[in-house]
Amino acid sequence: MDLSAINPLILIASLMVAATPILLAAIGELVVEKSGVLNLGVEGMMIIGAVCGYAVAINTGSPWLGFIGAAIGGAALSMIFGFITQYMMANQVATGLALTLFGLGLSALIGEAYLLDRPPSVSELNLGPLADIPVLGQVLFQHDLIVYISLALIVGVWAFLKYSRAGLILRAVGESHDAAHALGYKVIHVRLMAIAFGGACAGLGGAYLSLIRVPQWTEGMTAGAGWIALAIVVFASWKPIWILVGAYLFGGVTVLQLNLQAAGLAVPVEYLSMSPYLITIIVLVIMSSGRGRASLNAPAALGRTFHASS
Amino acid sequence: MIRLEKRPQPSRTWASVTPVLAVVLTMIAGGILFAILGKNPVEAIRTIFWDPVFGEFAFYYRGQLLVKAGPLILIAIGLSLGFRAGIWNIGAEGQYIVGAIFGAGVGLAFYPADYWFIFPLMVIAGAIGGFLWAMIPAILKTRFNTNEILVSLLLVYVAEQLLASMSLGLLRNPEGAGFPGSRNLKQYEAASNSEIIAGTGMHWGVVAAFIAVILAYILLNRHMLGFQIRLTGQSPRAARFAGLKPRLLVVFCLGASGALAGLAGMFEVSGPAGQISIDFNSGYGFTAIIVAFLGRLHPVGILLAGMLMALTFIGGEAAQANLQLPASAIQAFQGMLLFFLLAVDVLSNYRIKIGKGEAA
Repeated sequence: MDLSAINPLILIASLMVAATPILLAAIGELVVEKSGVLNLGVEGMMIIGAVCGYAVAINTGSPWLGFIGAAIGGAALSMIFGFITQYMMANQVATGLALTLFGLGLSALIGEAYLLDRPPSVSELNLGPLADIPVLGQVLFQHDLIVYISLALIVGVWAFLKYSRAGLILRAVGESHDAAHALGYKVIHVRLMAIAFGGACAGLGGAYLSLIRVPQWTEGMTAGAGWIALAIVVFASWKPIWILVGAYLFGGVTVLQLNLQAAGLAVPVEYLSMSPYLITIIVLVIMSSGRGRASLNAPAALGRTFHASS
Repeated sequence: MIRLEKRPQPSRTWASVTPVLAVVLTMIAGGILFAILGKNPVEAIRTIFWDPVFGEFAFYYRGQLLVKAGPLILIAIGLSLGFRAGIWNIGAEGQYIVGAIFGAGVGLAFYPADYWFIFPLMVIAGAIGGFLWAMIPAILKTRFNTNEILVSLLLVYVAEQLLASMSLGLLRNPEGAGFPGSRNLKQYEAASNSEIIAGTGMHWGVVAAFIAVILAYILLNRHMLGFQIRLTGQSPRAARFAGLKPRLLVVFCLGASGALAGLAGMFEVSGPAGQISIDFNSGYGFTAIIVAFLGRLHPVGILLAGMLMALTFIGGEAAQANLQLPASAIQAFQGMLLFFLLAVDVLSNYRIKIGKGEAA
């Protein structure tokens, strides 16, 4: 094998691209969980976003309209979850699973017509002199717009949760819905908005896969990315900045194993392909045990059903 | 104004009516979906639900019913134990794959010997394979407090890679001219899970499924452990005061569901599927989640739900052939069924009150 074929600069640059879908889905899910709702349907919303974005981009010829379509598609699907868990008070774990199963089926149904098409390409942003900086320019400033939007979203969510009044209400609803209700906040409305935001983010993440990273539509193309996004929220102990660390760590592992496959490492391809999932599990174990007990930081009302009894 | 008032106890009548209601609602919504796809909705629903049992080619489809229902029931029975206690094993698909690999591996190790004990040994190996795969989330949960939902699910993707590796490497048929996939166990008498009564689809996996239903019924209604599972599901706090060990329960629920999923995989690989191949798994592990909920986590309910779900599988295949309905339509249909089921469940837990609420 030939390790010298792996260029560390390109590796880091492609790491950012590989991490972006998961980053988007995870930051959305973080907001959902902060409001006290556990939506396990991230995988389903991502794949619906992937197919919606793809279909819209091909029909309109504009990848950006595709991304908007993906966000709307993801949010629309998440509203099914929102309705069933918030108004029908169903179990959130089961409903989230249903969302994933339904999303996988529906996306394949929608995507059938587009199997052989190719989406319009997305060019990288022209950042002028920034992109020409040696080393840094190649790593940081030669990406497409969505990569920067995802980074801005991390900062935005962090600031929203920490400094804004609406963010405070959202966290209050997630910590104790009864207390928030007693203070006169509309628990269900706050949660529905959070769920829609999570759905839109997951949709964007999915579209990033089908429009930029791959770019092609195939059935089940998210291949567990939504579940890894869920794991990254736990890894991040519900802190936005740590979502970035988690997603880029995962992106790094994915890109590295792909590079090792290409370089012809003497390990069968299947075992290299397993590694991102295995490493996610190991990270989960480390975070949830011992001193780093991430679960202590979980929103107190996470996964609990709210019913205004009085 | 419509208000919901919590019932002191879930209504028993509604609990048995809601699954039927959900199926009816799914048929209506599915009909709309098929109409959007440009198919005649009535014909599509008839092809899926009626023709396989009563139609012209029913003699063929009826046998398929048990073939498909067997693994679904077997897996769903195991899952229902954990779901009752709030232990979420959603990685049955992975346990199913590993069970198949273990079972087929043992069978192929003896090839071409002909002993009576090969098949029983494979059954045991299959159960052990699924059990061990499920022990990973179980031990991580009990030792490190790691979320079993995520770990069990992520292990499905690992198992799929393992399956690919096995069918390309260790278990590949040496006489297969380089094609991926193992020897066909159907052509290996001692390791084959053949039909017990020809033409009915009845194979040992179906027998195992029926036994599992009976054992689960006895466990839940007559055994201390079953009582503890039910107690934990209804009131985890009360269960702790009653002095039961939550860790033991996690290991038992995950282990039992893993072993049953492994068994299902083993019976599938030695019977209907015949060989280990890259695309051996067909989503039974995920569909079984729907079966468990549709059967209200009750053994007899699961038996009926498994049959119904098998019907949608077969009907879906028929609709694919006759109406050119895409294969994924049936998957969306099944997901929809779970949505409706969860949504109408509100009726068994809450009473609908129409009129002005006091102080909302």
